[in-house]
Amino acid sequence: MAKRVTGPEIEKLIQLLAKVPGLGPRSARRAALHLVKKKDQLLGPLADAMGEAHRKVRICSCCGNIDTVDPCSVCTDVQRDRSVIIVVEDVSDLWALERTGAMNTAYHVLGGVLSPLDGIGPDDLNIASLVDRVAEGAVRELIIAVNATVEGQTTAHYITDRLDGLEVKITRLAHGVPVGGELDYLDEGTLTAALKARTAF
Amino acid sequence: MQWTDQAVVLGIKRLGEASVVAEVMSRAHGRHLGIVRGGRSRAMQPVLQPGNLVELTWRARLDEHLGEFRIEPIRLRAAKLMEAATSVYGVQALAVLLRLLPERDPHPHLFEALDVILDHMEDPAEAGELFIRFEIAVLNDLGFGLDLSQCAATGGNDDLAYVSPKTGRAVSRSAGEPYADKLFALPPFLTRTGGGADFSALAEAFRMTGYFLHRHVYEPRGLEASAARDGFVQAALKRLKTGETALPERPASALSSSAQKDGLADARLRQPPLLRETATSRSSEPADAATAASCPPDPRMSHSPAASDGAGLDINDPEPR
Repeated sequence: MAKRVTGPEIEKLIQLLAKVPGLGPRSARRAALHLVKKKDQLLGPLADAMGEAHRKVRICSCCGNIDTVDPCSVCTDVQRDRSVIIVVEDVSDLWALERTGAMNTAYHVLGGVLSPLDGIGPDDLNIASLVDRVAEGAVRELIIAVNATVEGQTTAHYITDRLDGLEVKITRLAHGVPVGGELDYLDEGTLTAALKARTAF
Repeated sequence: MQWTDQAVVLGIKRLGEASVVAEVMSRAHGRHLGIVRGGRSRAMQPVLQPGNLVELTWRARLDEHLGEFRIEPIRLRAAKLMEAATSVYGVQALAVLLRLLPERDPHPHLFEALDVILDHMEDPAEAGELFIRFEIAVLNDLGFGLDLSQCAATGGNDDLAYVSPKTGRAVSRSAGEPYADKLFALPPFLTRTGGGADFSALAEAFRMTGYFLHRHVYEPRGLEASAARDGFVQAALKRLKTGETALPERPASALSSSAQKDGLADARLRQPPLLRETATSRSSEPADAATAASCPPDPRMSHSPAASDGAGLDINDPEPR
């Protein structure tokens, strides 16, 4: 058995860092060593920042986004068009869409997708609050921007069924050729969808 | 240990950051799970969508190990399945049905039937009829087969019009008429004479198979009824009621109206024939795929109580229609 070369505090730091996505035990050890070496410049401020984030972070009661205030910065932004809501699976999707800057609208984060294999049903997702938001009547269009997976599209159809009868236009993202994609490597279904959704040049 | 087989992907579960555990229905090895290294890569994610037909090689040191899959795509139809609510709910509902079967238990006729059904999900009437036949085939493989070939009371096979909820056996019109309010109506498309799968026939058939699945499988196992099945049933019946047979959903685009018409015409031309025709026309495929999916279960193969004890129509059926 290998001898322990560091104290339990540093071992615990390494173990916790190893749970972060993208880090394994070996890279966590490197990161921990780097933090310890830069104790005052990096470790201290990082610990403070993480502590403060831990105290303040909360889930928006309106849209399900993660922020340090409730309602979140997106929901309280008066510049946004609140009559259009983009429905996303996860906060990371919201951040990705915000990076594009293509639309200045409100969002709704579902917190996942329906998955019979994982036992995730409609009650486990943030769908009821979405129906309530739409039922208030101020929403003109709902853009369902879930992933192009069977589970994502099942969730999209379920949401559409739940909103049946409400006066709202429901749209979804187009499926087709990604930028940089080569036709030879695309599956038949994606190519068919791209051909059907072709646009005038 | 190593084997290579064709399979339909049923679902995936994440394993770590880059890998997944894939669940497939294979032709010769039944429902099987295995690790796919790099299954969350951009190249593999489209391949590992439910409904896709793949060729896979399973490898493990010992037979009882989970093992690893190496997967090559054969027919990627997930994108097509995503176009309509009927098909997207349907593929999930079929996966839920197959999860009722034990792992690694070969059911080659169910694999064949699954492969054919997934190609016929566009039309709600066809999809509904094939789905009902698939549910009956699954019930049969679980040991609760329905005997729809002859009347439980008279032994005849003419004018079969009802199904006893007690025994799961067909009943002729004359014998069942006095107890019609306690019996399921036998959908015409499940009889030897055949018939169309219209709205009322499918609604009654879904009610019937749902009842037997609940009674024989879900309730004894303490399982909840499948939400995906409910979604499929509602979507199929809704489209039948509104008279839609082609795909209603169209991706938003800036197409001209003529181009849209062309696309719709293409889709209609591609609509495949019924399961029976498709299965019989595929000379290279085993004949029992068509038999299992298109005909009532053979009572000689049934292990249901109704078949084994020879009980006929029970006039004291407690379950009302």
